[in-house]
Amino acid sequence: MKWEVVIGLEIHTQLATASKIFSGASTTYGAPPNSQACLVDLGYPGILPVLNEQVVRMAIKFGLATNCKISRRSVFARKNYFYPDLPKGYQISQYELPIVSGGHIDIVLDDGEIKTIRITRAHLEEDAGKSLHENFHGASGIDLNRAGTPLLEIVSEPDLRSAMEAGIYMRKIHTLVRYLGISDGNMQEGSFRCDANVSIRLKGDKKLGTRTELKNLNSFRFVEKAIEIEVERQIEILEEGGHIVLETRLYDSDRNETRPMRSKEEANDYRYFPDPDLLPLVIEDALVDELKDSLPELPDAKRVRFVKEYELSDYDAGVLTANLETADYYEEAVRSTTVASPKLVANWVQGELAAALNRDGLDIAEAKVASAELGLLAERIEDGTVSGKLAKEVFERLWHDGGSIDDIIEQRGLKQISDSGTIEKLVDDVLAQNPTQLEQFRGGNEKVIGFFVGQIMKASDGKANPKQVNAILRKKLNE
Amino acid sequence: MHDRTLALLADDLAARRVSAVELTEHFLQRIEQFDAQLNAFVTVTRDEALAQAAVADKRLAAGNATPLTGIPIAHKDIFCTQGVKTSCGSKILDNFISPYDATVVSRLRDAGAVMLGKTNMDEFAMGSSSETSFYGAVRNPWDHELVPGGSSGGSAAAVAARMVCGATGTDTGGSIRQPASLSGITGFKPTYGRVSRYGMVAFASSLDQAGTLTRTAEDAALMMQVMAGFDERDSTALTDPVPAFSSALETPWQTITIGVPENFFDDGLDEGSAQAIRDALRVFERLGATIKDVHLEHVHLSVPVYYVVASAEASSNLSRFDGVRYGHRAENIDNLTELYMRTRGEGFGAEVKRRILTGTYVLSAGYYDAYYLQAQKVRQLISDDFARAFADVDFLMGPTTPTPAFGIGQKMDDPIQMYLNDIYTIGANLAGLPALSVPCGFSGGLPVGLQLIGAHLSEPALLKVAHYFQLETDWHTRVPAAYA
Repeated sequence: MKWEVVIGLEIHTQLATASKIFSGASTTYGAPPNSQACLVDLGYPGILPVLNEQVVRMAIKFGLATNCKISRRSVFARKNYFYPDLPKGYQISQYELPIVSGGHIDIVLDDGEIKTIRITRAHLEEDAGKSLHENFHGASGIDLNRAGTPLLEIVSEPDLRSAMEAGIYMRKIHTLVRYLGISDGNMQEGSFRCDANVSIRLKGDKKLGTRTELKNLNSFRFVEKAIEIEVERQIEILEEGGHIVLETRLYDSDRNETRPMRSKEEANDYRYFPDPDLLPLVIEDALVDELKDSLPELPDAKRVRFVKEYELSDYDAGVLTANLETADYYEEAVRSTTVASPKLVANWVQGELAAALNRDGLDIAEAKVASAELGLLAERIEDGTVSGKLAKEVFERLWHDGGSIDDIIEQRGLKQISDSGTIEKLVDDVLAQNPTQLEQFRGGNEKVIGFFVGQIMKASDGKANPKQVNAILRKKLNE
Repeated sequence: MHDRTLALLADDLAARRVSAVELTEHFLQRIEQFDAQLNAFVTVTRDEALAQAAVADKRLAAGNATPLTGIPIAHKDIFCTQGVKTSCGSKILDNFISPYDATVVSRLRDAGAVMLGKTNMDEFAMGSSSETSFYGAVRNPWDHELVPGGSSGGSAAAVAARMVCGATGTDTGGSIRQPASLSGITGFKPTYGRVSRYGMVAFASSLDQAGTLTRTAEDAALMMQVMAGFDERDSTALTDPVPAFSSALETPWQTITIGVPENFFDDGLDEGSAQAIRDALRVFERLGATIKDVHLEHVHLSVPVYYVVASAEASSNLSRFDGVRYGHRAENIDNLTELYMRTRGEGFGAEVKRRILTGTYVLSAGYYDAYYLQAQKVRQLISDDFARAFADVDFLMGPTTPTPAFGIGQKMDDPIQMYLNDIYTIGANLAGLPALSVPCGFSGGLPVGLQLIGAHLSEPALLKVAHYFQLETDWHTRVPAAYA
């Protein structure tokens, strides 16, 4: 392909504070319309904004985790425009002097290549309310519950070169803000959404092509699909000799297309100027130092440690550390057993556990098998009490009915047969019952060993220790 | 009773020589008698006032009163008052009943002051004559054909006509000092941030400051004691502790150096006013002050800087009046643009629209650097001039206004002439300095005000100097004959 795709993302992360950025109103999602909007959020005459200190700490944490510079002095500015869900007629944001700027993070591409994505800036701002155009005859409804919700807008440089890279980058930021505990990252509730600036240029060109801005993409899949379809659209236009119009577009996931947005921002001059109601935000070194010391282990570091400490593959470590809850679950499971290998535990977390969560639509926090139980189950596999195959049945019983692993094994007779006398008898019986296959083996057909193993396992209801079955069978055949 | 100052009436109340209810009834009766001709009030809260007065009497009897308990006051209609209309002199807020109290209002209420009503003002405090109000022009008690000054003209006229003991005001470019000067009373604007702006309908946030209109500096000190102090709801409120203003007045006189900005005695200054100011300075010399000429290099740029900065902030501050959540909303609307255009077109008066347009212009892409940014730079230069001056002198003194009160309608068609009335007062706002105006004589039979400007947070010293002046003179006791 002769075209190069250039993408920059603006990710809006809702910060996980109890109250709003400039008022004491609650930020809880899903309350009845306008029940969580106080006089400040409603933009009453005479009210004044007071900055929520928590958002400053959260923004600094993000900056520290992404190798950014933390501005010791940043300024809140007013972005002026009229819209009914913007109560004051301006949004308080940061413009010329954001709190966080000039950093970078690494993303791992599918082929294992590590790519560095530069972060231009991250600034604090308040969210607007919501306009509701349905179910109001001849009118619009305004819900200001969301007005004043704290957002951190994270702006990347145009370093992303494909829809896939954009998706990986967005997932990485998502992982990061959740590790940092600064956002719940809940995309259904709009806590994590992004705008994508997309342009294309001929490979080798230095100059950027005209971009379009895709607004309000609220899932990883939509980001990828919207960019793909937009890139296709742009290529088509340019190849037909047309030109791209600088505009804001909306992605329609039902029709999988982007189309121009009738925008509230059309031809707007925002008349940014420093908000005289708020003093410049001054950050002391001591606060930055304190937050630096309190940063949790970040995803990259955790992945490297998992590879080293638990001898996992880079891929396994990547999957397990993609979210903090999974990583913590895994580590708790590993630490609960000295017998089971970390690799076995990893297989179970990514296999049975992930499948069960997926099937029941649960978060790992809601898992019905606790981490220590999973560790114990792995231990029972490792110590030969139960076979890997029958352990799946134990897991299912545990998941659905609860109880103790050892009791389930005992009561359901799932215990592995490791007594060599019993296994020898099983082997002898099977060989005696299948003279034809025995002849074939004697005639040099090694493949029938598999047949014998299958028959022996079947005769033991799957409980015979497969290693022992193999060893004893070979010994007998070679006698 | 009404010939006594707030401080004297506070003594009378404390000594139970008069009750709060008697005092309140007396002043309410004066409002009833005189306000039809002065138009100083937008709202009179008779029932609430009498109820508050009754509570005040209980407090006085119980011995847990403050010096303001039972004192009748009025609030400029820019301060939000719970359950009472807060119009800001505008049609757009004509139907606005505030659901909350401004900090200034709640602090004075908690101290036991009795609110008689809300005073008339220039619409959104934009004006120097109190003529731009939706509720009509306020008249000067000294001459009903003249303006009382503005924007706190209702508060000034109410105090000058002895309809209240004291009133609150706000001063963005002179809106307390200028009407005090034109109405023959004492107007005090504290350091920016000294008094919380919470609940004050914003005009220009970086300049707005609440203060007092009273008969004397002593009265101002009593009100300031309650109004001043940090408020966590205002991020620009100062955290500095509040000194004891009244006791500062009682401290012995100390030698001071007074700087007189020569630029304030220019061709624009009325000769009679200039004479009154010179006479006032002589009073201070007799008290033992040293008088020095000072030159404020950039102060002549105050008016243009002010009209850029204040209008820019106002254009944004007034965006919230959109007819969506409260206030006036135009009827028979077809679409959103029409809602905005007609609501604001009908709701705002001409001067407010002029400032919104000016402010929008100076913040626009392509003009921001040349106007807003440039004005901010000059503002800093003006601040620096004041700082340099205060390295040499303790106070600056000069005229509050170029002329005494002017005629109603005289300057309404000439905004520049109107704006120039604030030429001496704006500097203190741009630099955030405390300043006050005290009566210091007459020119052509009309009161003249002496302006005193102090360094940051010099309120106690500033009030004390003004108090000593009022011990030496009796200009502040003069009252228009009809209101004696």
